[in-house]
Amino acid sequence: MAEKVLMKGNEAIAESAIRAGCRFFFGYPITPQTELAAYMAKRMPKEGGTYLQAESEVAAINMVYGASAAGARVMTSSSSPGVSLKSEGVSYIAGADLPCLIINIERGGPGLGSIQPSQSDYWQATRALGHGDFQMVVYAPSTVQEMADLAYGAFDVADKYRTPVMILGDGMLGQMMEPVELPEPKTELPEKPWATTGHGNAREKNVANSLYLVAEELERTNFERFERYEVIKANEQMAELTDCDDADIIVVAFGASARIARTAVRYAREEGIKAGLFRPITLWPYPKDALDATCAHAKAYLSVEMNMGQMVDDVRLVVNGRAPVEFYGRTGGVIPTPAEVLEKIRSINEGLGD
Amino acid sequence: MEEMRIVLAGFGGQGLLFAGKVIAYAGLIENREVSWLPSYGPEMRGGTANCSVTLSDEPIGSPLIMDPTVLIAMNQPSLLKFEETVVPGGLILADTSLVTRIPERDDVKIFPLEATNMAEEAELKGLANIVLVGKLFKETGFCAPETIEAAIRKAVPPRKAALVEKNLQALKMGMES
Repeated sequence: MAEKVLMKGNEAIAESAIRAGCRFFFGYPITPQTELAAYMAKRMPKEGGTYLQAESEVAAINMVYGASAAGARVMTSSSSPGVSLKSEGVSYIAGADLPCLIINIERGGPGLGSIQPSQSDYWQATRALGHGDFQMVVYAPSTVQEMADLAYGAFDVADKYRTPVMILGDGMLGQMMEPVELPEPKTELPEKPWATTGHGNAREKNVANSLYLVAEELERTNFERFERYEVIKANEQMAELTDCDDADIIVVAFGASARIARTAVRYAREEGIKAGLFRPITLWPYPKDALDATCAHAKAYLSVEMNMGQMVDDVRLVVNGRAPVEFYGRTGGVIPTPAEVLEKIRSINEGLGD
Repeated sequence: MEEMRIVLAGFGGQGLLFAGKVIAYAGLIENREVSWLPSYGPEMRGGTANCSVTLSDEPIGSPLIMDPTVLIAMNQPSLLKFEETVVPGGLILADTSLVTRIPERDDVKIFPLEATNMAEEAELKGLANIVLVGKLFKETGFCAPETIEAAIRKAVPPRKAALVEKNLQALKMGMES
């Protein structure tokens, strides 16, 4: 076992990405993801990679587009307002069926908002980050170890399905330090026969493009992409269930709010309330199958989020009227406390009666 | 061992985040669950700064501590802000070189220590933070004695290795106070 080190979430993502073979980082500074870019600036040159601070977020994401088209493992990172600026480029990357990793260490919004932790970009991340018919795989780590593990695996998933992948963290996870065991550096990366690497007239030319002037052609690419999405939905759903087997009340929470919810669920159990925690690790594809299975016995659901109620939509879609779905959240950079969540669990429990 | 939730608070520049890191490394070395979370508002040198450190044997929930078992306060505003949050039976360590009003709670143990003056007199200016970590170790034994030294060695970055000895001196001073 490798030695555990103490690292910030932001740094763990960066180191892990390098170990996954990422050699290109393009970004623009923003709190609270700063340490990620700073770590890349320090480490990338030592690995023979490229760290480049672009003149803007728009420039950075288009550099990602270019490097990905050329077959490189490439990433960018930002925080909420900066991610919005990148959304046009992400849509182009999705339209050109190119893989890349995008990190969003969320802060409060809308607008410039605050620099404190938030989860208010859930809709943006899971519905479509940008215009057009597309989605992308979205991971929601809740520990520094998971940030490292998911960043490491994200490039493989991106390459396999030729899609952008996002890690949706927040200022708390980015800034906090925990012990982490880093993965071994990858030595073999997948072939990319579609990459625009120059062909010396030995093969047909490869083109990376998202412009289709014939409607039927564009429709065909969208159909093809959505068939791939079905495969992703079948293969890539991830969730962690804690004490859900006999739970009456299932608290659904991801990322940082799942940590808070976990404590609240433990307190509730100590009071004899049958509560459990369902923690989506993929936000898209949403872990529908595992959540659906809990509907066989759960009497109520509570979605806990650091926003005004966004993921609760997905919970309701899955539960589909079989049980009440309630919401508790704080927003703007305010972090909910375990005591607040416990109070909400208690009141739901009272409503259940015997 | 009981979960220990420590809030370290004071002015920016007093080394609170570093002191928190030393405690976190002690947990890491002993293979415990550890979290360290800094406040990261628009902080600056001379402004207020704080950090939350949790050491536990169970997976840690929120790394943001609302109900500390230990408060290390290095200035008066920080003491005022956090003293009521300390759980009954908890500890408050106050640097009385800078904290003039000692809390009146009788349900917590209070340890006043002129850490800043002690450090300055011993020509260890800027190491009051580590004096207080030494005091915390003395009062709680939150890790094994050999661990705390090793934690200092890990927390001091290699380019500042020359400062390890001074940190160890400050630590010892706190342990003997």
